[in-house]
Amino acid sequence: MKDDYLTGATLTELSSALAAKKISSVELIKAYLNRIAAVNQTLNAFITVDPAQSLAQARAADARIARGELGPLTGIPIAHKDIFVARGWPSTCGSQMLANFVGPYDAHVIDRFNAAGAVNLGKTNMDEFAMGSTSESSWYGPVRNPWHTDHVAGGSSGGSAVAVAASLAPAATGSDTGGSVRQPAALTGTCGLKPTYGVVSRYGMVAYASSLDQGGPFACSAADLAVMMNVMAGFDARDSTSLDRPPEDYSRSLGAPVATATAKQPLAGLRIGIAREHFGPGLDADVEAAIRAALDALTALGARLVDISLPTSPMSVPAYYVIAPAEASSNLSRFDGVRYGYRAPEYTDLRDMYCKTRAQGFGPEVKRRILIGTYVLSHGYYDAYYLKAQKVRRLIADDFTQAFKACDVIASPAAPTVACRLGAMTADPVQMYLNDIYTVPANLAGLPAMSIPCGFGNRGLPVGLHVVGNYFSEAQMLGVAHQFQGVTDWHRKKPEEVA
Amino acid sequence: MMPLDLEVVRRIAMLARIEISDAEAIATRDQLNGILNMIESMRALNTEGIEPMAHAQDVVLRLRDDRVSETDQHEVFQSIAPQVEGSLYLVPKVIE
Repeated sequence: MKDDYLTGATLTELSSALAAKKISSVELIKAYLNRIAAVNQTLNAFITVDPAQSLAQARAADARIARGELGPLTGIPIAHKDIFVARGWPSTCGSQMLANFVGPYDAHVIDRFNAAGAVNLGKTNMDEFAMGSTSESSWYGPVRNPWHTDHVAGGSSGGSAVAVAASLAPAATGSDTGGSVRQPAALTGTCGLKPTYGVVSRYGMVAYASSLDQGGPFACSAADLAVMMNVMAGFDARDSTSLDRPPEDYSRSLGAPVATATAKQPLAGLRIGIAREHFGPGLDADVEAAIRAALDALTALGARLVDISLPTSPMSVPAYYVIAPAEASSNLSRFDGVRYGYRAPEYTDLRDMYCKTRAQGFGPEVKRRILIGTYVLSHGYYDAYYLKAQKVRRLIADDFTQAFKACDVIASPAAPTVACRLGAMTADPVQMYLNDIYTVPANLAGLPAMSIPCGFGNRGLPVGLHVVGNYFSEAQMLGVAHQFQGVTDWHRKKPEEVA
Repeated sequence: MMPLDLEVVRRIAMLARIEISDAEAIATRDQLNGILNMIESMRALNTEGIEPMAHAQDVVLRLRDDRVSETDQHEVFQSIAPQVEGSLYLVPKVIE
């Protein structure tokens, strides 16, 4: 069977095809597995595919469909970032440390997809322990951007972004600590959402920086992100930071994201905050041009641009690179070669076993962040670095509180440049960190944020429009994006087939 | 702040339980100093009287009922451990 129809297929289209019995879940899974087999050697988007397990789930889904139990994701393949533990699946987090780790249980997010009858299509490549912005620090080698295979995919959820961009999966999961869903979404021309902190359970999602980590979806459209969120979100008692809120339908505002919407002006009354700090030096001209054009499209839909200021935002990267490594140094102390994961083959005593295990099991970027975190938490430096960063974090969150008095959402670029060449950032970690400037503030404040495709920059590489909303405003943000996608077709653009 | 010297780098690596060679220590020192230099810029900001923010949501830790909620799965969990004997995790001898 030809599988062209999979290119850019939406979740709704696939679900309709399954409901109409035009295709079975088993056929659908086989078609995607064939696509993965054909191009994964080039793109390196997946660490693990397991046709036997995927097809077993697909057969179960077909049985459900035959019984008339068809939910929006029943029988549909979903790729999962390898940070989510899944029972019976290798869950490596892109690290040699967990290369032999086969999940003994399911993450809450995996539970939810299983309950919905979705099929696990495979585990996607990522920066080691989600630390990175280019998906090059994986022990399994770098992910490549399907728009230009000598360019990076962004990170850390680069594999999931590329899976969706190259139509190797209709949708995927990711995690976002400082931009790890939104930045790769921007750099690959896909849609990605980081929900409000606490909306998606972190149970079974390998911890990097617990006060910032949040799972989120990748898809081809805002409407599909809403479908994904309806499955992923929800209270989970096993995550102490999971928020106990009534379930919501994330699709509810797609048609009318603002109360004052009219038929001709679906965004009439929407106030889009434009922060002057976001359009200064460091922003590439090709990216800015695409963002300005997107803002024009939004104003044509009735939205009004409002000048705002986020004065502390330039300090968000320094604060982030204190807080995230500090939490990481604590979280990653669990990898000691005792209960699971890698253990060095030779050692003299217990301390030597720890030191060699961690020296060999972790890659350079992970070690760098553990060492930074250990330093900023060490005696004599705690106040100067960690406590200071927490105070800056408060100021950043207060900036947003102030800004949302004057606007409903805030729009900016998702990244200051299009995807760089492979290897261009690896020698200079600081340069890589500074490129997180647009995405990090939302994590520090715990706000929902998304990136949607809005054009192309240099070398025909995608540009993403970053949208930050107020707490729990995901449905409205998705509605704004959906209206934008009703009058533009950037989200439907697909890279040429990779050989 | 003073830039990190090799001795401090070695001490941090020891605290983090990461073995580090002399050559690695030199490269690490330079990279960490580059990162700390970037972080330094934050210290110019006046944060007097600002309450530190540890978390994005002001949530109170929940207490669950004091009932058994987990079943014994030690065989499953220990099946992926580096070294196990008689349901015990094995580590190098700590007490002579």
